[in-house]
Amino acid sequence: MSKKEDFVKFDKVDKSYDGKVLVVKDLNLDIEEGEFVTMLGPSGSGKTTCLMMLAGFETPTNGEIYLDKNPISNIPPHKRGIGMVFQNYALFPHMTVFENLAFPLRVRKILKDDIDKKVDKALSMVSLSGFGNRMPGQLSGGQQQRVAVARALVFDPAVVLMDEPLGALDKNLRESMQYEIKHIHESIGVTVVYVTHDQGEALTMSNRIAVFNDGKVQQLSSPDKLYEEPVNSFVAEFIGENNTFAGEISDISNGSCKVKLDKGEIIANPISVKSIGEKTTVSIRPERALINPKDKMDNNQKGKIEEVIYHGDHTRVRLNLLGNSEFILKVPNSSQNLDIKLGNEINIGWNSHDARALDPK
Amino acid sequence: MSSEQKILSTGGIPLEESLKQAEKKNKIKAFLLVTPLLLFLIITYIIPIADMFSRSIDDKMVTNMLPKTYKAMEQWDGKELPPEEVFKAFYLDYKILVENKTAGKLQTQLNYEKNGFKSVLKKLARKQKKFEEGNYKEQIMKVHKRWRNVDYWRAIKRRAPAYTYSKYLKGVDMYSNEDGKIVQVAEDRRIHRILWSRTLEVAFFVTLFCFLMAYPIAHLLATLPMKYSNLLMICVLLPFWTSLLVRTASWMILLQQQGLVNDFFVWIGLVTDDNRPEMMYNKTGTYVAMTQILLPFMVLPLYSVMKTISPSLMRAGKSLGATPSVAFFKIYFPLTIPGIGAGCLLVFILAIGYYITPALVGGASGTLISNQIAYHMKSTLDWSFASAMGLMLLTGVLVIYWIYNKLVGVDNIKLG
Repeated sequence: MSKKEDFVKFDKVDKSYDGKVLVVKDLNLDIEEGEFVTMLGPSGSGKTTCLMMLAGFETPTNGEIYLDKNPISNIPPHKRGIGMVFQNYALFPHMTVFENLAFPLRVRKILKDDIDKKVDKALSMVSLSGFGNRMPGQLSGGQQQRVAVARALVFDPAVVLMDEPLGALDKNLRESMQYEIKHIHESIGVTVVYVTHDQGEALTMSNRIAVFNDGKVQQLSSPDKLYEEPVNSFVAEFIGENNTFAGEISDISNGSCKVKLDKGEIIANPISVKSIGEKTTVSIRPERALINPKDKMDNNQKGKIEEVIYHGDHTRVRLNLLGNSEFILKVPNSSQNLDIKLGNEINIGWNSHDARALDPK
Repeated sequence: MSSEQKILSTGGIPLEESLKQAEKKNKIKAFLLVTPLLLFLIITYIIPIADMFSRSIDDKMVTNMLPKTYKAMEQWDGKELPPEEVFKAFYLDYKILVENKTAGKLQTQLNYEKNGFKSVLKKLARKQKKFEEGNYKEQIMKVHKRWRNVDYWRAIKRRAPAYTYSKYLKGVDMYSNEDGKIVQVAEDRRIHRILWSRTLEVAFFVTLFCFLMAYPIAHLLATLPMKYSNLLMICVLLPFWTSLLVRTASWMILLQQQGLVNDFFVWIGLVTDDNRPEMMYNKTGTYVAMTQILLPFMVLPLYSVMKTISPSLMRAGKSLGATPSVAFFKIYFPLTIPGIGAGCLLVFILAIGYYITPALVGGASGTLISNQIAYHMKSTLDWSFASAMGLMLLTGVLVIYWIYNKLVGVDNIKLG
């Protein structure tokens, strides 16, 4: 069976709550069958609204959403067959874990024996076998979360939506749950649409990430591409750490450009700039800039160390470089101790390919 | 280490004791803080109830008026006419009462016990002035032939105990007859049972109507955005801030035959002008006014429970495939049961003892047991009977509470 490429499709979807502001603007999004897509963005960027429209709790103001080629705007939520994991778990507090899981099966009038089997299977999938008789209130946050995931999957939905499901957990638990959800997804191959504002979570779990801002998808691509090749300065800023220089294009040719800054000039990779005189923001990842580079690099600058912060596995160094006093470097602790001391002048080098000239902020 | 071995604190004192010492001061402080309330409760609640109880079973009046008689009667088996000592003792007791001009009370009390006793006693009071010493049996029996009837003597003997439960029997339209058997009063005089069942019926239906009306209101209150829900809340609470009497009076204006509601019915052509329905001075008036007055007591507990139910639960239910109605009955409704329990209990208990509203708009067919209690307090001055009925009402409420606890569990009540 070949996978359907546009299993879930947002087609020119607009959404407004008050008739004045568009929360979601002209959204187009295709999600492949079996894919794990994360909607990532700051709060108020419209990502949860998109999820709610897909679940059926909100109606698009304009446009249409398709599930397996069928328009679903007029289908009520209970007929869509979409599983959902809520932010606060939304377990039914008056039912046992077993009854919670059996709920979607009972409303579908499935035979009792099949219900028992399916619930047992779902519970063992989230390693909670034997917890069936507990009440949700007797479980820890992580266990409740796992019950919520099992409940959203137990009736074999085509799509599972997760709305910041790990937001209430502490850091360690969150990380282990990320892997667990990822493994469950890989083993049963369900399509997952995941909403989060935590970029680490998004990078860890997803096949593809849709970065939302201001009601629009800024970029939809795989985690590595998103990090290495952001298409605009919002994505570059939002995902990972980022050093920026604001300047103006002074020359552009053969896949590289010169950017004139207030102090000095750098060579960069033109991504969203086309002509001389355009304003731009140049983005460089901290780990792409090296101290005293051995290989030849086409950008070489001197900077003054303003702050050194020890981080265990690496050291963060804040430099004043070309008038930018917020230039961050990440130095692995394994590298031979370079001359990193407060106030020292050091040589910094990076390839122009890694300096992406994006839209001005 | 055996479990019986006591753990010692660092000071060498057993841990339990040292904990007690440490907590002692706090416990005394806490107790002193609640003492005023405790005293208030004892003075205004426990003592009156105890007084009511003793009043309701107190029957010392006759016992105290005829001390010698009852002493003499101790030996009498009640089968045949009592011996001469009893007649003598009764004569002596009664003489004192007549001289003190308190014989009237005895006449009334004994007449309750046996009809026709009053006239016999009055006649005796007149005649006994001329009695000679000795052979009182003959002399008394000569005054009226009823003195030869052993029933009248038995009636006196029945009043011998200082305590009686006859008021409670009267409360359920029963009495103990001359043979000491408990029987029902004549059918046309069974008014109290009608009142009890009507009280329960009214309380039940008022609770039901309140529930049916309050549930949607409370749901709306809990789900509307803040600015609308505040307004609605004020509408719910407004009656609370109005005097009960004013509210009842306004219902009288609305419901009377020439009132606004009837005018409206005539205006829309539902009824003809000369055929206006009576909506007041009957049960309808009681239902309407009491439901309106007690509605906030249902809305508030429901609201406080509904407020805590996350809207995502209903969404979760729907996303799992439940239709809105299934999601409501399987998820939302069970979660509101603590509020329903609290509201129903509150309204039912308030309704069962309601007084002013049924008194004003209830008329003859809409009055409740509390109106009967008030009647006996104010008009017949039979306080012991009023006390007995009050206690029966209190017991009824406690029984309902107990049943509720068995069914739902009091721990599940949420009042806010």
